[in-house]
Amino acid sequence: MSEEQIKNLEEQFEARIARDEKIEPKDWMPEKYRKTHIRQMSQHAHSEIVGMLPEGNWITRAPSLRRKVALLAKVQDEAGHGLYLYSATETLGISRDEMYEQLHTGKAKYSSIFNYPTVTWADMGAIGWLVDGAAIINQVPLCNTSYGPYARAMIRVCKEESFHQRQGYEIMIKLANGTPEQKDMAQDALNRWWWPSLMMLGPTDDVSVHTAQSMKWKLKRKSNDDLRQQFIDQTVPQAELIGLTIPDPDLKWNEEKGSYDFGDIDWDEFWQVVKGHGPMNKERMKARVGAWERGEWVRDAAMAHAEKKQERKEK
Amino acid sequence: MKNENLYNYLLGIADNSLILGQRMGELCGHGPSLETDIACTNISLDLFGQVRSYFQYAGKIVGDGRTEDDIAMLRKERDYKNVLLVEQPNTNFAFTIGRQFLFDVYHLIFLAELQKSNDLTLSAIANKCIKEVSYHVRFSSDWVKRLGDGTEESKAKMQEAIDALWTYTDELFHQTEADVAMVAKGIGVDVTKLKEDYYLRVGELLKEATLHVPESKWFQKGGKEGIHTEHLGYLLSDLQYMQRTYPNMEW
Ligand SMILES: [Fe+2]
Ligand SMILES: [Fe+2]
Ligand SMILES: [Fe+2]
Repeated sequence: MSEEQIKNLEEQFEARIARDEKIEPKDWMPEKYRKTHIRQMSQHAHSEIVGMLPEGNWITRAPSLRRKVALLAKVQDEAGHGLYLYSATETLGISRDEMYEQLHTGKAKYSSIFNYPTVTWADMGAIGWLVDGAAIINQVPLCNTSYGPYARAMIRVCKEESFHQRQGYEIMIKLANGTPEQKDMAQDALNRWWWPSLMMLGPTDDVSVHTAQSMKWKLKRKSNDDLRQQFIDQTVPQAELIGLTIPDPDLKWNEEKGSYDFGDIDWDEFWQVVKGHGPMNKERMKARVGAWERGEWVRDAAMAHAEKKQERKEK
Repeated sequence: MKNENLYNYLLGIADNSLILGQRMGELCGHGPSLETDIACTNISLDLFGQVRSYFQYAGKIVGDGRTEDDIAMLRKERDYKNVLLVEQPNTNFAFTIGRQFLFDVYHLIFLAELQKSNDLTLSAIANKCIKEVSYHVRFSSDWVKRLGDGTEESKAKMQEAIDALWTYTDELFHQTEADVAMVAKGIGVDVTKLKEDYYLRVGELLKEATLHVPESKWFQKGGKEGIHTEHLGYLLSDLQYMQRTYPNMEW
């Protein structure tokens, strides 16, 4: 193809997106579009899978049968999200095994929030409420993103994430209205998860890279700072309603701008965790890589069995 | 205690689901593939759902205010009535599958009989559970076949697991005092009558999986009487942790 032709295709492509048309797997797309989507979508899939670990940590110790069942179902949903997102990413011409390889070698990232430990039961509440809550704010705009398979995956995923968020908040309500010990447990969880949750909305706009391109492709529709503000404004009243205190002495309602002012985020901590030195980075990777390696003989067996069955059929 | 035999009978059934559900729950996020991970979590979910039905009923029968969680999480080691098979650890995926398979086959034929119970609540629960358990049997049988008739390595591992777990199968067909009383009333299932069918089904599937049926005639027992392997205590310390550390609270 001549340069002229490619330029033409690119213009048509961008025009389709501007008209709110969906790009489908068989459509022509610029290489950069493909690569950017593989990166973002696989990162999202990895986050779902690694995200199973901190909550999976409390399945055997859930305080009641009802909570145990709900937690199992939630973690299973996250596995389903992972599956769904890996399949959507595969439509761009990369295999799930290749994506795993990138995760296991550290080439691909996943959401940093999962590098914090879940130390008490209240963390199950805080994660649902805050982490799924922040994820929804990140992901709702993606329901209208330009790549069809991703947009459709997001619609389904967001529905379940809202359910998770309510379920998490409901755990917090119960604790906040419980005994002093339970209330302390809830407050302590909020104290630990609040700032990392704010960081989930991404670096501040002045340092955030590839935003302009992402906006054009509808991979991003609002800036990180706007999303963060939205999250804070939505969450603060929820904390107040159940008598918990946001661990930010600078948090104050700003009448003029109609939203909350808040204190400085510790971006050094954010980058430390992103670069692999958070409290649980090594353990999370060890768990994923370990499961993969321990499972190798099982996957080999399944493959060998399928081949034998096929051979027998052909005979 | 009011209705002591029926209460104990329900616990004898439900504890198997409880302990196996707990074992399957341990694997969540650590399985050999995303698909098996989801399936194992699903089985765990089903089993805990069953447990809730049984224990809610058990609580009602005793009628002294004890809840499903009290029954599940606040008993002593010696008061758990599950068979030894279900408490065996997730040594590797072959053990997980072997344990599941050896229990599922029993569970299915047991529930088919329990559906005929003249206790209407119990037969309704059995009716609900049997649909789930039919799926469990399919899942675990398929995997026994895959691993048995897969690679050299998987065959050896699957055989090793079946050989090791075989010793716990006979206990499935032992009767407790509560069993005998409930069978006499037309409420319970006479498990001694399920034995032949069980070994026939298991034997056939193992053959299909190119595995051999263990010949050992030495069997372990005790779970139904509350004498467990050393594995159970650790499982219970996880299961009971919150209820023991924070007594009398709601979650
Ligand atoms: Fe997500
Ligand atoms: Fe998710
Ligand atoms: Fe979620």
